[in-house]
This record gives sequence, structure tokens and C-alpha cells, in this order.
Amino acid sequence: MKGPLYLAWRYLAYHRLKTAILIVSITLIVFLPMGLDVLVDQSADELAARAAATPLLVGAPGSPLELTLSSLYFESDTPETLAYGQVARLTETGLAQAIPLYVRFRARGHPIVGTVLEYFELRQLRFASGRAMALLGECVLGAGAAESLGVAPGDTVISSPESVFDLAGVYPLEMRVAGVLERSHTADDLAVFVDLKTAWIIEGLGHGHQDLTAPEAASAVLARDGETLTANASVVHYNRINSDNADSFHFHGDLSQYPITAIVAVPRSRKSGVLLMGRYQDPDELDQIVRPSQVMDDLLGTVFTVQSFVVAAVLVVAVATVGAVALVFLLSLRLRRREIETMVKIGASRGSVAQVLISEVAVVLSAAAALAGGLTLLTSRFGAAAIRTFILS
Amino acid sequence: MFRIRWILGLMVLAFLSGCVGDGPVKDVPSPLLDEPAKTDPLSVYVVNYPLQYFVERIGGEHVEVVFPAPVGVDPAYWTPPAETVAAYQGADLVLLHGAGYAKWVERVTLPLSRLVDTSADFEERLIPLVEKTIHSHGPEGEHSHRGTAFTTWLDPSLAIEHARAVATALTKSRPDQKEDFQIGLESLEVDLQALDERLATLSAVFGDEPLVFSHPVYQYLVRRYSLIGHSLHWEPHDVPDEHMWQDLEHMLAEHPSSWMIWEDVPLEETARRLAAMGVESLVFTTCANAPGEGDWLSVMRRNVAALESAWT
Repeated sequence: MKGPLYLAWRYLAYHRLKTAILIVSITLIVFLPMGLDVLVDQSADELAARAAATPLLVGAPGSPLELTLSSLYFESDTPETLAYGQVARLTETGLAQAIPLYVRFRARGHPIVGTVLEYFELRQLRFASGRAMALLGECVLGAGAAESLGVAPGDTVISSPESVFDLAGVYPLEMRVAGVLERSHTADDLAVFVDLKTAWIIEGLGHGHQDLTAPEAASAVLARDGETLTANASVVHYNRINSDNADSFHFHGDLSQYPITAIVAVPRSRKSGVLLMGRYQDPDELDQIVRPSQVMDDLLGTVFTVQSFVVAAVLVVAVATVGAVALVFLLSLRLRRREIETMVKIGASRGSVAQVLISEVAVVLSAAAALAGGLTLLTSRFGAAAIRTFILS
Repeated sequence: MFRIRWILGLMVLAFLSGCVGDGPVKDVPSPLLDEPAKTDPLSVYVVNYPLQYFVERIGGEHVEVVFPAPVGVDPAYWTPPAETVAAYQGADLVLLHGAGYAKWVERVTLPLSRLVDTSADFEERLIPLVEKTIHSHGPEGEHSHRGTAFTTWLDPSLAIEHARAVATALTKSRPDQKEDFQIGLESLEVDLQALDERLATLSAVFGDEPLVFSHPVYQYLVRRYSLIGHSLHWEPHDVPDEHMWQDLEHMLAEHPSSWMIWEDVPLEETARRLAAMGVESLVFTTCANAPGEGDWLSVMRRNVAALESAWT
């Protein structure tokens, strides 16, 4: 058996270009459906795991998918906002814990997530260094965000303006990094977490400025009418919060009317979850409640439908490729007729010749199968990271 | 043969590469809040000493109450450092006074689900303060930073409301200790009601005579016992300047008073000059921070005793 195998190997090695083309073609046609299947399964797992860890989401009326993607992955356009007072309303039901989210602003491409400390508990996030945000203007970075921005606790991160053309917009806020989270392999890795109030300061709903009654602020006073002071544009607004100016930061109006993009509702029990969903089904209810796992199931249903079309197309191409490969081998036999006759004339039996030819096909198919298997294995190991890098982020 | 070995090696490498790479996605199960009962003492952080006292009385051995403000500072205007805020974040329960007390609470991150505003149930009974300067800048229009009188505990009926809110919060966190908390609350209520009765009797005896308060912190005491009072901004340990004395003279001309109520013992020099004007000094400590000796109730009893000895 060694002789025919050696002859087959020498033949394939001599015609290395033809052999390489055959192996690559077969490898790709085997790998494509398998790899696609692995990738889609992993994408589904990634999306489903995050959705399953988020029991319920309350948001303003609009697209449930947009609400879910914004709240779970901090991607998609900013959904319609709802009033912060809805958090107290949900808490008062006693059915669930309410964790508000305000995902609107970014810091050098990373989403700034305004939330509360309970978010870290919900996601079971732990600190690699530093601590949770404690003071106004502090932030906590996901491992990926800290790495990408090259910052550590004690450094600062600046929020990005929403639009470069918004000259009258809010000033970017310089935020001090209080802590960096351990890597969780989720969208949290790329986020910049701040207290809700800090997010509202970024928006300009809260601010700190000179004391207008102080003598040094006299030039910033446009008009004075009794107890009413009107400041001009020169009034100094602070774009970083420190111990010297922290006391000057304040919020105007009713905080319960301030915007948030979603509330994560963590029910006390399954029954509480069902009751809570029932309350939001009321026709007079202005806000919507969604079960993220259901929203993602619907999305994945669409993905799987598309996948089945792609796999069908790949199978058709596979049949054509198998035909082409068979044709290549048959034509090869015809071209090698004289070579085969020579082998017979020098004493090789018909069986030995057949062994050589079958060995050639077997080596090509085995190499292609091994490569396709290796690629699929690599996909299964690194596909998740690739999905997180190229899709989820 | 060397090439065969090389290709086989590559294949093995490809298989081995499956053993490295990023870890798996954290599989976090769908969370629900219901948890088994806890038995360790409840860690409670508060923002002033009256609340600390109420928690100690109601919670007893079932709680470990912490009020981290340094002795001697006024907790209403104290701002904790980040490390202390982090300690608050780790508490099982953070009890706020409400009524705008301890402004620092608005500028820090505290655990939303473990925060309890102990005056939330009687917001309508809080006394709004006169608005400060109104100012406007930018598109938001006019606004002011209004405030609320916050020494609510000087009205024992409101102190009872705080105590009830404390008991409710403790019971929610430790339902198993409900009976013990109820016993603690009832005992505290008896003491507070006794205090209220003594003060009510005293105010009936005192009648409508005007009083002068060294600081505007007695609003709830004034309202509860229908006292007639006018407030200054005098510090017990500072010598008032002549301008302040003139203001007092003007006030006394309109509201003749024989008594000035201080938050702490005034300087002897100040007390002597007041006495020369016919105004006696009395101390009614608000006890917002831990006293040098005794506890909140003993300080309040001492306050009442001082008034009783002066007025009866």
C-alpha cells in the first residue's frame, strides 16, 4: 500500500497548482455551510444570552427592536425617551426592581451609558481596578473601552459633541475614570458608564456655573431686576466637576420629567413579571414593555430564514463543484492514458494502477476535509470574538 | 516525506488552536429578585444623627448603623469624600432625611434600590423656604434654587413619622425581624410623645411672647407649638459685629423679646451683652450630629428641661 500512496503523493506534489486548486475548492464548499451554521448559532447564542439576562424592558412607544438593541447592546439610534418618573412608578408597583438606562451620548465612539449602581449587579460585572462611580462627573469603563481609550482609574475621558455643527450645543464634559470593569465579553466591555445625573449634565439639563451673586461674576450679569438676575453668554459654565465647583452643579425643573431611554425591570418572581406585563398592556398605557428574549427570538427567526436560503444556494454551488471536480478527475484520467499504459507495461497490475488513482482522490478529499474541519473549529473558537468585534461592536 | 510531515503539523496546529482564544460568553441566567432570608445584621448608613438614633432604637441588635460624618461638623453641609460614598454604596440600606437635607446626596451615586427617603410620606408637611435669587441664562429661562426647612425632628410628631419610615424600611429588608422592629418603634414613639406633651405644656405656659432664634433652624418647633419667633444668623462661637447688634435692636424694637434660643452655648461676652439688653440666652440644641455625651433623646430632654426651668 505504501507504493501506490507514494506514487499518488508524488503525482499530486508534481501537479501542485492543480492539487491546490482542487483542495481549496473542496475545502471552501465543505466549510461554507458548516462555518455559516456555526457562526449563526454563535451569533444566536450571543444575542440570546444577553437577552435572557435582561428580563423585561420598559420604553417609550416605538420599535421594540430599537429599544432592545439600544438597551442591550447600546447600538442603534436613540429610541424615544420616557420620563425618569416612570422608574418610581414601576418601583411603586412592588413587582420589580427598576434599573433606568439613558443611552444617548458617546465618548470617542464608545457609548456613554447613564444608569444606576444596580446595573452592575444585574450584569454581575466586577471591577478589575478602581471602584464604582461615586461622585458627579465620574465614570466606569468597560475593559475594551479602557483599552481602546488607553485610560485607567484617575485618568479622564471627554464626552463627544452630538454634532460638530451644533455650535450652541452643550459643552463636552470631562469625566474622571473611577474604575475599570473586568472583561465580560458583552457589549458592557465597550461602554462608558456614568450616573444618570452625569448623563443629564452632559445633555445640559444640569450644570455648574459661577455664582451670579458673587462680585467676580458682575460682568456676566446682563440685567438685575430685584431678586431676578439675567446672565449673559459670558457666564462661566464648568466642563469638569471637581471638589471646588461640585457644589455649584444643580438641576433645573422636576427631575422626574428628565429623559431616560429605557428601564430594565427585574421582576421579584415569574408571577410578578407576568403581572407587570399585564399592567403595560392597558390600552391607556403610554409606554411599552417588551421581553428582550422574545424580541431577539423574532430577530433570530428572520436570521435563520435568511441562513436557510444561503445554505440552499451554497448546496447548489456544492453540487456544481462536485461535478466539476469529478470532471477534472475524469479528464485527468484521459490525459494520463499513456502514463497508465506505461505503468502497466513496466509490470503494474490494473489493481495497483487503480490504487494509485484512488489514493490521489483520497488524499485530495482528505486534505480538503481536514482543512474544512480545521477552519470550522477555528470559527467555533474565534467566531464569537469576531462577532463581538465586527458585529456587536 | 518532509513535506508530508509539515502538512500534518499544520493540521495539528489548526486543531490545537481550538484550545486557545477568548473565553465563553458569560451565561447570566435570567435574574429574579426573590432571595432567601438573611440573618446577618443589616448594614444601615444614615445622613444625620437623629436617624442614627432612630435606627438604633428600632433595629436594636439586628442592625449595624453607620453615620460616618466627623464629630463636630454639621451633617447638613458636610460632603463625604469618595471613599465614604463608596462605603454608603455597600450598605444594605441608606436612609435619607429628605427635605433637601444633606445636599451632597444629589451629587453622588447611591444605590437606587436601597435608598429610602424617610420624609417622603409627609412631604406636604415640610416647610418651604423663601426663594433665593432668581436667575436666568441660556434658553431654560428663569429659575431659582429654592429650599426646604430640614430640622424636622424638632417637631416630635414629624420625628415619629421619620421613625415609622425607618421601621418600614427595616421591616422590608428583614421581614423576619418585624416584631422586634415594632417593639422598638413603639418604645421610641412613647418617648417622642412624652417629649411632645412636655413641649406642648410649656408652649401653653409661655403664651404669645416673641422669641429670638440665633439661627433659622427652628421652623418646625415654631409651627408645632405656635411660637412667635424671629431668626438671626448668629453663630454661638463668634462675636457678633456692631451691624448685627443693630439689626437685633431693630428687631427687638418691633418684636420685644426676653429670650434668645441658641443652638449651642453662646460666648459669655455675647450672653452678657444680651442680658444687658434684657434678653436671656437659652440653649436648644438641634443635635444633628452625635453629642459629646448622652444620646439624641437625652439631649432633647435636656433642651426641654432648660426651657422648663426658664419659663416655669
